[in-house]
Amino acid sequence: MAYDSFSILKSSAVPMPIENVDTDQIIPARFLKATERKGFGDNLFRDWRYDKNDQPKADFVLNNPTYSGKILVGGKNFGSGSSREHAAWAIYDYGFRCVVSSFFADIFRGNAINVGILPVQVSPEFLHQIFEAIEKDPTTELEVNLPDQTISILATGATESFAINGYKKHNLLNGFDDIDYLQAMKDEIKAFSVNR
Amino acid sequence: MSNSPKTLFDKVWDSHVVRQITDGPDVFFIDRHFIHEVTSPVAFLGLEQRGISVLFPEKTFATADHNTPTINQHLPVEDPLSANQLLQLEKNTAKYGISHWGLGNPKNGIVHVVGPENGITLPGMTIVCGDSHTSTHGAFGAIAFGIGTSEVEMVLSSQCIMQPKPMKMRINVNGALGKGVTPKDVALYIISKLTTSGATGYFVEYAGDVFRNMSMEGRMTVCNLSIEMGARGGMIAPDQTTFDYIEGRELAPKGAEWDRQLAYWKTLFTEEGAEFDQEINFSAADIEPMITYGTNPGMGMGISRNIPKAGDVEGGVATYEKSLEYMGFAENDSMIGKKVDYVFIGSCTNGRIEDFRAFASIVKGRKKAEHVTAWVVPGSHIVEAQIREEGIYDILTEAGFALRQPGCSACLAMNDDKIPAGKYAVSTSNRNFEGRQGPGSRTLLASPLVAAAAAITGVVTDPRTFL
Repeated sequence: MAYDSFSILKSSAVPMPIENVDTDQIIPARFLKATERKGFGDNLFRDWRYDKNDQPKADFVLNNPTYSGKILVGGKNFGSGSSREHAAWAIYDYGFRCVVSSFFADIFRGNAINVGILPVQVSPEFLHQIFEAIEKDPTTELEVNLPDQTISILATGATESFAINGYKKHNLLNGFDDIDYLQAMKDEIKAFSVNR
Repeated sequence: MSNSPKTLFDKVWDSHVVRQITDGPDVFFIDRHFIHEVTSPVAFLGLEQRGISVLFPEKTFATADHNTPTINQHLPVEDPLSANQLLQLEKNTAKYGISHWGLGNPKNGIVHVVGPENGITLPGMTIVCGDSHTSTHGAFGAIAFGIGTSEVEMVLSSQCIMQPKPMKMRINVNGALGKGVTPKDVALYIISKLTTSGATGYFVEYAGDVFRNMSMEGRMTVCNLSIEMGARGGMIAPDQTTFDYIEGRELAPKGAEWDRQLAYWKTLFTEEGAEFDQEINFSAADIEPMITYGTNPGMGMGISRNIPKAGDVEGGVATYEKSLEYMGFAENDSMIGKKVDYVFIGSCTNGRIEDFRAFASIVKGRKKAEHVTAWVVPGSHIVEAQIREEGIYDILTEAGFALRQPGCSACLAMNDDKIPAGKYAVSTSNRNFEGRQGPGSRTLLASPLVAAAAAITGVVTDPRTFL
C-alpha cells in the first residue's frame, strides 16, 4: 500500500488559472537533491511562492489565506515538461489530493495517480465554471466522487463526469499500487523474457 | 491478429505486451532501463521497504549526469546533497550488480548521449529512464520514453511498467532544408506549430526526406524534443544510417548476433497503407533557423520574424502576457539584435559531436564577444575526446572558449552552472521554462549555429550571415 485510498473528496479548492504549468514551476530542479520522499511540499511552486530573499510573495495564491483546500485547480496542459515525480510528491506533501484541469501532460497524469493524487480532467467550459464559482465565493466546495466518476460544484449543483480506466480506479479506491500487481505476475514476466 | 498493414510503432509495442488488462493499461516489458542519480534513490528505497529485489540487473545501466559539476570532476563534489545522491547511486548499483558509469568513468556522460554511443540503444527495443528526454533513443527505431520514480521502481523490480497504448501520429517533413537550418530548427519549428500540448496522448513517427537524410545525431536531437510538444516519444525507422552508426560500438552486438539482430531490425518500418490517428505534413522549405522568445518551447519562431501578438497565438492571453513580461520582451519585437549575456552549448539535445562541429564552423577564426559568458559542455567523455581529436578544441580555445567536463549542466542548473536572474542565455538545450536555467534566468532556445553566432556578436544574430 503506497498511499491512502481515495473515494469521495469534498473540499474547497485553490485556483491557479494559468496554462502550461510545468513541473519546473511545481518543483524547481535545485530542490530535487533529496534521496528520500520527504519535505517536498515546502518547495511546492517555490519561485512563484517566495521572492529571492525567501519571503512569501503576497500575490501568489498559496500565500493568500482566502484560498485553501485539498483540490488544486489549474489551467490547460497542467504538469508539462520534466518527468520528475517530485512534482507529484510536492503537491501531495503540501496536502492536495486532487488536481483538476481541462488537460494534463501525460507523464504528470501517470505520476499523480501512482502517488495517490487523482487527476480530474474536465471540459474547458466546466473548468471555467469552477474558476467562476471560486472567484464568487472562495469557500465554495467541490465534490469529487471517484466511485461515480463525477465532479460537482456544490454551490451551483453543476456536475460533470470524468474518465479513468477501471484498473486505476480500483487501485485508487483500495490504495493498491502497480508494484503489488506486478509482483504477483513475476513468473509470467520471467517466461515472457526468455523469448526476448 | 489481422493482416492489416502495421506501423513501426505497432510492431515494437505489440511485441512487448506481456499482458493486456481489460479496461486498464498494458503490462509492458522493458528491454533497456537507464537510471541516474536524481530520479532513482527513492525507487531503490522503495525496494528496500518492500523487501524486494532487482529482477534483471543486466538490463539496467546507470550514469551520473544531472547533478554533477562540469569542472574539477577529479575533486570531491562540494555540495553535500549532490555528493550524497552520487554516493547513493554508487551504493545502490553495487548492491544489486547494476553497471554504473559514475564520475571519472570513461563511459560517463549524459544518459541519452552515452546509451547510443556505447551501442546499448538498439532498434526495436523498449527503453525507459526517469527522465522525459528518454525520447531521444527513438532515433534508432526504439520505443523510448520518460517515466516517474514509481515506474523506475516497477522496472527495477519486475522489468515492466503499466502503460496504456498511446495513439499514433506521423509527422512528415519533405523537401530540402535551407542553409543554416539544423535538426534543432526542424524540431523547434514543429513544436511551434503543434504547441507544447499538441501531441499529448500520441507517440510520433517522424518520416519524410528530411529525416531520411539526417545523421543519427540529428535524429536524436529531433526525437529528444518530442516531449516538448507533449508526445510520449518519437521514433524514426532504422535504416543503413542507423546500422552504420551502431556497428562496431563497444557494447553493440557482434558476429552472428549482429547478423541475427540486423535481420530483425530490417523489418522495422511502417508498412504501406498503415493507419495513424493523426498525420501532419510540413515542407522543409518553410523552416528557417529558429529561436524561442517565451517561456515554453512552443513559443518559437523563425529568427528573422517578430514576436507574435497575444491575439494571434493559441491559448490564454494572460498566460502569454505573463510569459513575455518574464522575458522582458514585447509583442512585435524583433529578436535580432537583442543582447545576450550567456551562451550554453551542450545537453542531451545538442551535446553530441556534430553539434560542436557546427558551433566550431562559425567561431573558427573569430573571437567570443567579451561580455558573453559561454559554457561549452560536451555530452560525454567520448564526445569530449572527439572534440580534441578533431581539432575543435583548438578552434574553441583560439576563439576564447573554454571546454568544460560532461554533464547536464546549465540545461536544468542543478549544479553550479546557473544563469543569474534577469540574464539572457542563448541555449542549445530543451526548455525555456521560467527559472529552468537558474532562478530568474531567461532562456532563448536555439541551434548550435545560432548559439555560435550569438557568442561571437553578443546579440541574437541570424547565423546565415556567417555561412
